[in-house]
Amino acid sequence: MADDRSSQLIILFFVFVVLLNAPILQIFDRKELWFGMPALYFYLFFIWLVLIVVVGLIVRKKRK
Amino acid sequence: MSLSLVIGCSLAYISLLFLIAWWVDKRAERGVSVVNNPYIYALSLAVYCTAWTFFGSVGRATTGGLSFLGVYLGPTLLAPLWYMMLRKIILISKNQRITSIADFISSRYGKSTTLGVIVTVIAVLGIVPYISIQLKAVTFGINTLTHFRSGTAPGPTAFWLDSGFWVTVAMATFTGVFGTRKLDPNERHEGLVAAVAFESIVKLISFSAVGLFVTFGIYNGFGDLFTQATLREDTAKMLTFESSGITPFSWNVLVMLSLFAIILLPRQFHISVVENTSPRHIPKAMWVFPLYLLLINIFVLPIALAGKMMFDASIHPDTYVLSLPLEKGAAWLALAAFIGGFSAATSMIVVEATALSIMFSNHILVPLLIRMRSIGSNNLVNGAARLLDIRRLSILLMLFLAYLYQKSVGSTYDLVSVGLISFTAAAQLAPVVIGGLYWKRATHQGAVAGLIVGFVIWAFCLPLPSMAQAGIISGTFVKEGLFGISFLKPYALFGVTGIDPITHAAFWSLLINTWTYAIVSVNTQPSMLSLTQADLFVNIHKYISGHEYDILKREAKIGDLKSVLNRYLGETRTLALLNDYQAISRTVLEEQQTAQADLVSFVETNLAGAIGAASARVVIDSVAKEEPISLDEVMRILDQTREAVQHSRIMEEKNEELKMLTLQLTNANVQLKQLDRLKADFITTVTHELRTPVTSIKSLSKIILDDHDRLDDERRTTYLQIIVNESDRISRLINQVLDIEKLRSEEPVQQMEQLELTEIVLHAVAGMQQLLTERNIQCSVTPTDLELPVYGNRDKLIQVVVNLLSNALKFCDPQKGRIDILLRQKDKFVFFGIRDNGPGIPVQARQLIFEQFTQLHSKEQGKPHGTGLGLYITKKIVEQHQGSIRVESEPGHGAFFEIILPLSEPSNRVLEKNAY
Repeated sequence: MADDRSSQLIILFFVFVVLLNAPILQIFDRKELWFGMPALYFYLFFIWLVLIVVVGLIVRKKRK
Repeated sequence: MSLSLVIGCSLAYISLLFLIAWWVDKRAERGVSVVNNPYIYALSLAVYCTAWTFFGSVGRATTGGLSFLGVYLGPTLLAPLWYMMLRKIILISKNQRITSIADFISSRYGKSTTLGVIVTVIAVLGIVPYISIQLKAVTFGINTLTHFRSGTAPGPTAFWLDSGFWVTVAMATFTGVFGTRKLDPNERHEGLVAAVAFESIVKLISFSAVGLFVTFGIYNGFGDLFTQATLREDTAKMLTFESSGITPFSWNVLVMLSLFAIILLPRQFHISVVENTSPRHIPKAMWVFPLYLLLINIFVLPIALAGKMMFDASIHPDTYVLSLPLEKGAAWLALAAFIGGFSAATSMIVVEATALSIMFSNHILVPLLIRMRSIGSNNLVNGAARLLDIRRLSILLMLFLAYLYQKSVGSTYDLVSVGLISFTAAAQLAPVVIGGLYWKRATHQGAVAGLIVGFVIWAFCLPLPSMAQAGIISGTFVKEGLFGISFLKPYALFGVTGIDPITHAAFWSLLINTWTYAIVSVNTQPSMLSLTQADLFVNIHKYISGHEYDILKREAKIGDLKSVLNRYLGETRTLALLNDYQAISRTVLEEQQTAQADLVSFVETNLAGAIGAASARVVIDSVAKEEPISLDEVMRILDQTREAVQHSRIMEEKNEELKMLTLQLTNANVQLKQLDRLKADFITTVTHELRTPVTSIKSLSKIILDDHDRLDDERRTTYLQIIVNESDRISRLINQVLDIEKLRSEEPVQQMEQLELTEIVLHAVAGMQQLLTERNIQCSVTPTDLELPVYGNRDKLIQVVVNLLSNALKFCDPQKGRIDILLRQKDKFVFFGIRDNGPGIPVQARQLIFEQFTQLHSKEQGKPHGTGLGLYITKKIVEQHQGSIRVESEPGHGAFFEIILPLSEPSNRVLEKNAY
């Protein structure tokens, strides 16, 4: 149970808690468009997608 | 669009759901599990997305900008931890046959009925607003589709004309039929899960269709839409937190609330834990479910922006998903969107109401009925059916509560605001659940206290003010604070202002809830059962792979167990269950009379699935008697051990006492031997003392007898005088010996009376005056006029004074003899002192002089006269008068004896006398 994945996922949780909460979030709270999208909208969805991909990669790894 | 078309489509959709559920259940009966699949598991988790997501998020975005996303980012953030946390919860729940979040909490804290009731009450009351927004959304949807731009928005009507009422009736019927088709001991409803997963697909597709239509049909893609939005002030405001008025703090709290909600909302717990078919599905769900959330949220902001740009205030933002296609003439798309929203609402209501009804019946109604013995033995066959009826009744009850809430309170708020009230309520369970999973020291009392405090603050800060605003209760406490106390305002507790009500309520309720939980837990002791449950929950991994966890060893008659099972599960299920057991344990039950512990536990856990752990325990306890190694027995053994320890401690104490006694006895023996020796000495001395005068009397008498003719008169007179004196001495000696015997017997002094010490002293001195004058000794008494009241026997006290006086007389300087008697009074004592100017008493002799037959010899004087009993008798008499005697002496400068007697209170005695 206490494999590498557990610790990786716990670290992931804390990293993304920081990334998706104030005050980090306020850095991207800007009135400009990035790639045709509001900066905050882009940032939130981008980080969201990164989280999904990273979680997906971690749990896909074959058990040793 | 006509109402009949909308209703027709809805009914067709519902029929489709029934079909799916029926097919899946059918396959499940044949042993093929359709839902045993990680993708279906992840999709069923998307029951999280309700009409709130479908309609409410868009409405929220128009006022709060991107803040609507917080509700979906919380669950996304928690997803990585599912690998540990959700898995742990599932393992525990499967091990314990847990059927709801209330069951989970109640089981963790010692299968407590109280906690089950508290959690159920919090869940039911807390979730009612949440259900109400689903009803409202469906009603809204129907009204929008049928009355769009018709200008006749339905006003207040009688309830039978109110579409919301009929929506409630329809939903209650649907849920009642759908959610309670069968009674499963594990509360697993594969058909339901399949239908929910299907609905998740429907809502994602229909919402995305509207999103695509708006973004790419009405506008030319995201770039075009967002660029146009930045040009208008009202839509540009929606693009940043700062301009939409969302504070960083409230965003963080919102993320936290939704992070808790994904696991603690009763329907989420039901789907993710109770309906889970295998923990192996978790890893895949960890990324599929967040992906679903991401997809369904992409178009929320575009739709909100488009609606805001296209419509004025007459169109409610919560209906933009329907209004936009209608406005653009895409009626088919609007209908599809409605079906999507309808499916979001129905899936939520079905699962939530099912989960709540399980809690409500297992933790409130069934325990109540068991207590009332309403499900009696006369109703064996219908027990299972009645249980289902109870479930249906509770579903109906909850939906109508929601309807009433929506009618009275909910109508003035938008969907998300009402939904967040429920989120905050569900979050109150977070401390006890998380603490229960990882903190073994947490106690039942702590959980109860934390939950009650949290729930009360929640109720005070959120639903009560909204009810006040709706005019149901008086609103003075909102403006002025509870009881007029200004820091008890529901929107500004402790004077903290400037935070929105949800954030405010969530912060305070969770903070105080957690503190109370922790502090009470630390200061209370868990019960024995609570302790074993705590270990089971916190260290579940210890128990799963290894042996069965079984501390309660019980046995029961198989017949009893059967009838209990029949009552709650029905005969078919009972038979199947017992067959299962026979297969697993390789036993034939018919050959046995009594069921062993493992069968009892097996029955209990399966029964727990139907009626909850707490109720199951009560039921099983009624038929099972506990075997020697039961919990009670353990306690009794512990008690016995404690008694044994106590006994050994008592033995030790006794031993100590015995040692003490032995010591005392040895001492007493030594004393006795000494006394024996003293007695022997006494007799020797007395006989010796007697023999001396007797010898001289005898010899003198013999001389007088033999030589009476040769003796002259003078000599004869001298001899006779000596004989008389010696006889006196003998009689005095005998008197004193008799005195000692009297004193030894320690009889209380007779004839005690009020006396005046000065008078006694003067009397005694007067009696001795003759002797003093003969010896030419000066004797003074000072002072002679002092009043010294004492209580005692006059003769004895005179004897004391005479003894001391004659003692002094004996030792006085033969030439210039002088005796001073000093009288004084201090505090509550009187002092009688007598000083002579004799040779004094050597230090080593000062204690000895008070013993019997002690006579001080001195070189100059030789052996003094007397018996050696005087001071001994004096001391004894003084002691009989509660007094004491002491001696001071400086060799060569005389001796000073002092007697101290208690002062008798003449005033008191006078008063007593006067009183008579």
